[in-house]
Amino acid sequence: MATTQAGIARRPDEAGLTPLLEVEDLRVEFRTRDGVAKAVNGVSYTLHEGETLAVLGESGSGKSVTAQAIMGILDSPPGFVTGGSVRFRGQDLLALPDDERRAYRGRSISMIFQDALSALNPVFPVGWQIAEMFRVHEGMSKKDARKRAVDLMEQVRIPAARERVGDYPHQFSGGMRQRIMIAMAIALDPDVLIADEPTTALDVTVQAQIMQLLADLQRERNMGLILITHDLGVVADVADKIEVMYSGRIMEEAPVHDIYASPAHPYTKGLLESIPRVDLKGQELSAIKGLPPNLTNIPAGCEFRPRCPYAREICKEQRPPLAEVVPGRFSACHFAQEVLEGDIEPAQQ
Amino acid sequence: MGRYVARRLLQMIPVVIGTTLIIYTLVWSLPGDPFAGRCGARPCPPAYVAAMTDKYNLDDFWLVAYFKYLGNLLTGDFGETFQGLSVGEELLRAYPTTAKLALVAIAFEILIGIGAGILAGLRRGSYIDNLVLVSTLVVVSIPVFVIGSVLQLFLGMRWGIFPATVGGDASLYNLILPGFVLASLSLAYVARLTRTSLAENRRADYVRTAVAKGLPQRRVIGVHTMRNSLIPVVTFIGADFGALLGGAIVTEGIFNVPGVGNLIFRSITARDGVMVTGAVTVLVLVFLLVNLLVDLIYGWLDPRISHG
Repeated sequence: MATTQAGIARRPDEAGLTPLLEVEDLRVEFRTRDGVAKAVNGVSYTLHEGETLAVLGESGSGKSVTAQAIMGILDSPPGFVTGGSVRFRGQDLLALPDDERRAYRGRSISMIFQDALSALNPVFPVGWQIAEMFRVHEGMSKKDARKRAVDLMEQVRIPAARERVGDYPHQFSGGMRQRIMIAMAIALDPDVLIADEPTTALDVTVQAQIMQLLADLQRERNMGLILITHDLGVVADVADKIEVMYSGRIMEEAPVHDIYASPAHPYTKGLLESIPRVDLKGQELSAIKGLPPNLTNIPAGCEFRPRCPYAREICKEQRPPLAEVVPGRFSACHFAQEVLEGDIEPAQQ
Repeated sequence: MGRYVARRLLQMIPVVIGTTLIIYTLVWSLPGDPFAGRCGARPCPPAYVAAMTDKYNLDDFWLVAYFKYLGNLLTGDFGETFQGLSVGEELLRAYPTTAKLALVAIAFEILIGIGAGILAGLRRGSYIDNLVLVSTLVVVSIPVFVIGSVLQLFLGMRWGIFPATVGGDASLYNLILPGFVLASLSLAYVARLTRTSLAENRRADYVRTAVAKGLPQRRVIGVHTMRNSLIPVVTFIGADFGALLGGAIVTEGIFNVPGVGNLIFRSITARDGVMVTGAVTVLVLVFLLVNLLVDLIYGWLDPRISHG
């Protein structure tokens, strides 16, 4: 049985800093009527202060589930964390009782979601929903909390914040609603902000504004930012480090610019090749063939093998662990070195 | 808001005219002699027939007679019955009892219906959830007159826990049993509606947001989940209140409650057209007003509904 933990021990402790957040060998499964779906299978990553970590992967790769497990907002049942740890400044959050864990939510780690319209409560004014953070966590008076809510709405650049503090979510545009989500999430000055596909539901122009806002807030507050997305274009400018997830496991980890220049995993390579490019206009867009594996029945060997153009005999039998290819770069592929150097031919089939 | 209310009030005018016209026409066009049996075993004397024919405009074309009646209604005059009783006074006497009975019933719907629905909705699949589902199914399947008679027999007469009939004294205590019986069917619906609505909302994205905000569990459920879940329930109860204010012929009959339902039933059997028309007109008005009120409350509960 191949393991995935091996890679962690070999990671350098970057600059000797204590990481803000360490996820180690996290495992989550969903126990459903149709069987046990292993959504997260030994995911490890670390996040430092002021760092932006992009978690990339297609639907069902386990990227959002990992984030929910970190936050402790997994729908349970059917979702269960079956192993691993989530350490915030050294404290394992998974080992804490519910009420102690709650104190970290919103205050130390907070989260924004993809669809702000459904993520905001439709029957309360937005200002009230932001102010609730101060009222519940800090016991602030209604009036003071409302004042802080207006401040926050101004910080996330909502025009006429003072007039709009009493409006309801449905009275705002999509981009403004996401700003309100962000205001709520940063209200208590958290150390870690998890953004789960924050721009997926938005227009392209608004996407850029929201990404810019997140990047600015992150810089001003020196937050650790985990950016979950399936859009490679979104992360290029803001992320420091990328984790590519597939089938509940990390396939590749690398600094952002390296990964764009030269992927070290066939899956990442496939993703990059499937981005439409102006200079390839008129040519057929390449796509990764096939579908992600069924999480209730993940095949033996490498999870990506059935879709991998370079798959060899060994890929059927052994699951490649996440291992360092060159300093600072990790890949879970038997032929990582060859893929990185472009020194491998597609398998003859 | 003001314009919305004004528009709704104006819309009531054609509804009231339409309903009263239909009822008036039906009541006075029933086959048979309206004076049959009015004067004991003998036929009525010609002077009486002439006076009554004149009083109720029976010689006029029915539409003309209707407009004369409507004209009186507008001045607040509901007319007099054949016995010379003022319809307005009779209604004033019966209405408070029916309103009280409706309030008792609504209280049961809120306390037991919503309470049971919350317990069941928070623990789906549990013992209490199954208990609520089965018991509400039983209640829904049994006709009200059976529930009423059985409870009256056991709780009222055999065990004497509650008064078996109400009679002249319509105190709240006397109305407990009929109120519960009147509420039973809606109570079952309220429980099921609350349960479903709550279970649905617990999975909503904004509930997850509330958890992610680090709010305590009781606030997540008590404030964020509950507020949204109760919107359809409040609407249902409001509409039901409007219906209950129309009197309950069966329940009032079983427990001898001197309310509007009883009054209408007696008037129909006695072919007392003036009383029936007057009572139903009031019921229509009350129903329309309560519905308007429910719609206003709905808009207040759910800001996405606008009454602009």
